[in-house]
Amino acid sequence: MELQGLIAPPMANGEVVFDAPWQSRVFGMARALCEQGMFTWDEFREQLILQIGTCTDDGDYQYFIHFFDALTFLLEKKQFFSKDELVVLSEQFSARPHGHDHSH
Amino acid sequence: MSDESPQAIRAEALESILIEKGLITAEAVDDIITRYSERVGPMNGARLVARAWADPQFKKQLLTDATSIVESFGFEGGQVEKLVVVENTEKVHNAVVCTLCSCYPWAVLGLPPKWYKDPAYRSRIVMEPRQLLAEMGVGLGSNVEIQIWDSSAEIRYMVLPMRPPGTQNLKEEQLAELVTRDSMIGVEVLGGVEVPGELS
Repeated sequence: MELQGLIAPPMANGEVVFDAPWQSRVFGMARALCEQGMFTWDEFREQLILQIGTCTDDGDYQYFIHFFDALTFLLEKKQFFSKDELVVLSEQFSARPHGHDHSH
Repeated sequence: MSDESPQAIRAEALESILIEKGLITAEAVDDIITRYSERVGPMNGARLVARAWADPQFKKQLLTDATSIVESFGFEGGQVEKLVVVENTEKVHNAVVCTLCSCYPWAVLGLPPKWYKDPAYRSRIVMEPRQLLAEMGVGLGSNVEIQIWDSSAEIRYMVLPMRPPGTQNLKEEQLAELVTRDSMIGVEVLGGVEVPGELS
């Protein structure tokens, strides 16, 4: 019996989990930090619930932005980094010329 | 072409800072992304479902102590502290949600789909499950009871969907190919199999 082609395997069915590469990077960072013992996944989850809870309008809901904010809050709370560092470096990166990361 | 949205830049800056501080490596992040995109996913849950359809004794174990079963399969992915598998029948339809955030049994289903994390799904599946399921393509008769399971940090749920008709002669591996992620969340009912030459 030929089943392939009739029905896609589970791995392929369903939509893509990440909309953009940065979302997968942020997910990977959070899991890597957790696996390194910087925090427990429950601690992260509690912070994520708080971030999601700040969103009063469904239109403002953007899961991975809440995810990112939860991660940076938790890292700052644990004094692994300060958000000021993030602001400064983000501004530097924003000022890079277009096409800085690839050559033509 | 690189993604230069403000959020992408902030994520890139965060990764640079964490690497600079020696808290993570880019390789560790790469490894995790590969793990969750290639080795952790609904194919693991599908194996459990197919085995349960084929083996009544296994099904019994799965419904009574799924946590031990998952441990014995050695799936990667974590986040299954306690897994409870609930069975769909002609009389009861189960569906899974996390009303607070996005808890999900990664080891058996991989990462949650976008809509699972959506406020609309998270509230409507509780408030008006029959209506929402119908909109998602699961029309249930009024005689079918709906049970919604709210995942938490402690307990994750997975649905054991009903075995589709016309699959009596399939082997376990073939059955596993029929099982979809959405059917294991409870927002899809698996249809029958079209067997060329055997349908009237």
